[in-house]
Amino acid sequence: MRALTIALRTLSREWRSGELGVLLLALTIAVAALTAVGFVVSRVSAALDLQASEVLAADLRLESPAPLSPDYLAEARRRGLATATSTGTLSVVFHGDASQLTAIRAVSPSYPLRGVVTVAPVAFGPAAPATGIPARGEVWAEGRLLATIGAAVGDEVSIGAANLRVSRALVTRPDQGSSFTELAPSLLMNVEDLPSTGLIQPGSRARYAALFAGGRGAVDAFKTWIVAHKQRGERVLDITESSPQVKSAIDRAGRFLSLASLVSVLLCSIAVAMAARRYVQRHLDAVALMKTLGATRAFTLAVSLAQLSLIAAIAAGLGSAAGYGAQAWLLHALRDLLAVATLPPPSLMPIALAIITAIALLAGFALPPLLQLSRVPAIRVLRRDVGPPPLVIWLAFWPAAIAIVGLIYWVVRDVALMAGFVVGLAVFLALLALCGALLVRFTGSVRGRVGVAWRYGIANLARRRAESVVQVVAFGLGIMVLLLLALVRHDLLEDWRASLPVDVPNFFFINIPPGDREAFLATLREDGAEVSRALPMIRGRMTAINGRPLDELTFAKEDGEGFANREQNLTWSTELGADNQIVAGHWWRPEDTGQPLVSVSTEYRDSLGLKLGDALSFDVAGEAFTVKVASVREVKWDSFQPNFFLVFPPGLLDATAGTWMTSAHFAPDVRRPIAKLVKRFPSVSVFDIDSILNQVRGVADKAAVAVQSVFAFTLLAGLTVLLAAVQTSREERRFESAILRTLGASRRTVRAGVLAEFVTLGLLAGLLAALGASVAGYLVAKHVLDVRYSFDAWIWLWGLAAGAALVAGGGWFATRSVVNQSPLLALRGG
Amino acid sequence: MSVLKAESISKEVTSPEGPLTIVREVELDIAAGESVAIVGPSGAGKSTLLALLAGLDVPTSGQVWLAGQNLTALDEDGRARLRAERVGFVFQAFHLVPALTALENVMLPLELAGRRDAQAHATQTLERVGLRARTGHYPRQLSGGEQQRVALARAFVTRPAVLFADEPTGNLDAATGKRVCDLLFDLNRDLQTTVVLVTHDHALAARCGRALHMDGGRLA
Ligand SMILES: Nc1ncnc2c1ncn2[C@@H]1O[C@H](COP(=O)(O)OP(=O)(O)OP(=O)(O)O)[C@@H](O)[C@H]1O
Ligand SMILES: [Mg+2]
Repeated sequence: MRALTIALRTLSREWRSGELGVLLLALTIAVAALTAVGFVVSRVSAALDLQASEVLAADLRLESPAPLSPDYLAEARRRGLATATSTGTLSVVFHGDASQLTAIRAVSPSYPLRGVVTVAPVAFGPAAPATGIPARGEVWAEGRLLATIGAAVGDEVSIGAANLRVSRALVTRPDQGSSFTELAPSLLMNVEDLPSTGLIQPGSRARYAALFAGGRGAVDAFKTWIVAHKQRGERVLDITESSPQVKSAIDRAGRFLSLASLVSVLLCSIAVAMAARRYVQRHLDAVALMKTLGATRAFTLAVSLAQLSLIAAIAAGLGSAAGYGAQAWLLHALRDLLAVATLPPPSLMPIALAIITAIALLAGFALPPLLQLSRVPAIRVLRRDVGPPPLVIWLAFWPAAIAIVGLIYWVVRDVALMAGFVVGLAVFLALLALCGALLVRFTGSVRGRVGVAWRYGIANLARRRAESVVQVVAFGLGIMVLLLLALVRHDLLEDWRASLPVDVPNFFFINIPPGDREAFLATLREDGAEVSRALPMIRGRMTAINGRPLDELTFAKEDGEGFANREQNLTWSTELGADNQIVAGHWWRPEDTGQPLVSVSTEYRDSLGLKLGDALSFDVAGEAFTVKVASVREVKWDSFQPNFFLVFPPGLLDATAGTWMTSAHFAPDVRRPIAKLVKRFPSVSVFDIDSILNQVRGVADKAAVAVQSVFAFTLLAGLTVLLAAVQTSREERRFESAILRTLGASRRTVRAGVLAEFVTLGLLAGLLAALGASVAGYLVAKHVLDVRYSFDAWIWLWGLAAGAALVAGGGWFATRSVVNQSPLLALRGG
Repeated sequence: MSVLKAESISKEVTSPEGPLTIVREVELDIAAGESVAIVGPSGAGKSTLLALLAGLDVPTSGQVWLAGQNLTALDEDGRARLRAERVGFVFQAFHLVPALTALENVMLPLELAGRRDAQAHATQTLERVGLRARTGHYPRQLSGGEQQRVALARAFVTRPAVLFADEPTGNLDAATGKRVCDLLFDLNRDLQTTVVLVTHDHALAARCGRALHMDGGRLA
């Protein structure tokens, strides 16, 4: 209690000496970086949980690419469950000449069994829960759709061969799609109207769903029954597994962002350690004096702990508030990426994380020196040279290491990932530190050739070498990450776009009925499109590899199982496109026609661990057959031509029912007759690649904003390290500047020297950042995007300019009071 | 009645040239209310002896009794508590806590000893040394003489049994030094405090009841 009184009393004075400010700043930034990410993740996953039951619009859902047997519904009704059906497909909706690719959902009367459909009387009007489903001849269309096709509630739109009236604007429906369809606006119609549209024909792409709901026990029992009776290709979904992918994707993104924010925490911890060291240095006398006056060791420890804990508490508060603000901003930037309109408020969990972070950083980085401080002997009041016993190594290192590793574990909750991150980070930082040290050393060796101010500045850098390296690394890291993100976002993606040939197809057409194929292609050509190859598209399932059923197999890669079990799109072709290259085996020769062979893509081979000669068994439309792998193709997917993992020789599948697909390029100045096409061929689905690419780009841009804002904290943390380092050297600087001025240096020369020091430091950090970003950019270009990396001059310019400006600004701000002080005052030790 | 008693205390330290005895078999007995000066050449071991007598350091051999307690039998915290109750200090370099005001500096030992009326007491003592008007000032806003008077007030505020001073006038000019000394002896007389001081100042030594000469770690 008495310790607290004294701690509080001295706090306001202590504040002036600066290191408590640095400590507060460092802890606040660390807390803000972690909580901002924590809040975002907690809100997004809470929203997902909330949605989980709505996502299905039911308790249990059976989905299939083929029409479902009515037996399922009958059995469910027999068991007293509620049922409904929903059929989804993609098609173009017209209003006059205006059109829009739309996710069409045809539903039966009791839809939705869970959740509500909300509608508005006009597009973008006030939403209210709907009763029932659209009446026959009517549809509910999303406002987005109405806006693009220039229609209003009350207008007629055409879908395939049918004309239907828009009776409401659709605002939300529970089971909003989860893939491509998500990008398209949706439209709800009555299932009775579906046949008149002609959208559904044999082999066309549709997704059939049966919905079931009821009491928990009945649903569970029915699930067991349905799992036992379902056909291959039919998927049972329930609440627990409805959105595992989305959830794990959010989880992974959250972890990545948290790890990114941990980099800031790490830098902040360096600042905390520096501030604590200075706190100890400045309090040696005071603690010895307090002991002389009768304070026990525990008491002096309590005083300094109380002060630092108070700072930590304030930092946890301020940091959480800043994190909350950053989170709101971040979610605002990301709002279009999230399917949900309103997010639930964040949980308070991140605040616990904030408090734990502040405490962990203090305990790891400040407590050991404080323990040290409390050991300073009272005799120091008589003999100034007596200090505390030297800090034992384990005490200096282990608490810090435990604090950091503990925080990393708390964030990732995965030992292997934690170990990987720790080792990776350690190696990376060591490399950076090595480069930084070399740079600092090199700079020190050139100081003979520059003017007096620069010489003084550079001499300072070389003398405080350890601090200089830490600062160069701290800043270099922050700037580097930002440069790299900008590089990937702009240059590399642009490069990739530019690397595509100008006449790359910009429209995809699938679901072309075989009978319409010639007419469709002819129409396209007449309209001035450059049509690429047309390939048949046949659906099948893989049943066995080398005679062993899929269930018994384990695969070379994680995604192998996905590759093997999903519905396969099969094709056959005589010609090998220019975008395909045989890397093993041989392409079809005339004598291969009709032989049981198949050509697989390299992805397929790698994921399933296949080799030439392996036997693959398929089930196509109920017919089983087995083929041998005759060749492996390397496919250039970004040619935007129709391409398939599996290509069969001609003569094998010709008789099987399927549809055709093709792609086409319309020159920019050609009027695109898509509306006319779709009217004539209603079952054909059209994909506008330009708009899809733009959407992908938007997503990438927004994700980059999120990552960048997290790394902005890294830069702030770098600034804090700079402040801390300047603090540590403050007395020294004050003394030097006084001596220089006593020797006759003008205030301006001293100032120029200090500025030179920080500009040099900044340039070194910028150099390191540009170097790192270039290397990382090269690796990303080569291994991730697979484009040629062209050397960028601007990142060097930006790196150097940003480094010099930031560090010189920060350093100047931190040292101005020292430099401006009169020499007399400085020598008096005031 | 003796308030401070040393029985054959020695202090040995290790130096680069091997072990070094800086205080050698010192015997000492000081009665309550006495004032004693320790004089001698620089490096004689005066400050070391003072530290041993005050319990700031422990002797290598021998024993010290302070206010009836055997210092050598106490641990560091025990000695600290004893100091809080019975001992006051004045140093050559003033040693005020820079983050505390004059008043708060004077209150500090009272608070460490857990006394209640700290503020009233401290204000009174500051008045006693003529600094009533400067209570809210921080050390760096005070002159050297004023700082030493605050230190003096802080030393006396607990009414200690023994006051130790190591060259209390060493950093002051003659006139200011004399004022501080006057104050010291006034308090010594009024409060019946035992004073043990180390000094190079002959005038100051002469005002003490007894002067002990030290050389090469021994009392002559
Ligand atoms: N811990 C120690 N280690 C080594 N030498 C020490 C130690 N403590 C004191 N000394 C030495 O012992 C001698 C006596 O020191 P002390 O400070 O007691 O002298 P002093 O009489 O107070 O001198 P002055 O009048 O200059 O203050 C000095 O030579 C000093 O260097
Ligand atoms: Mg001395």
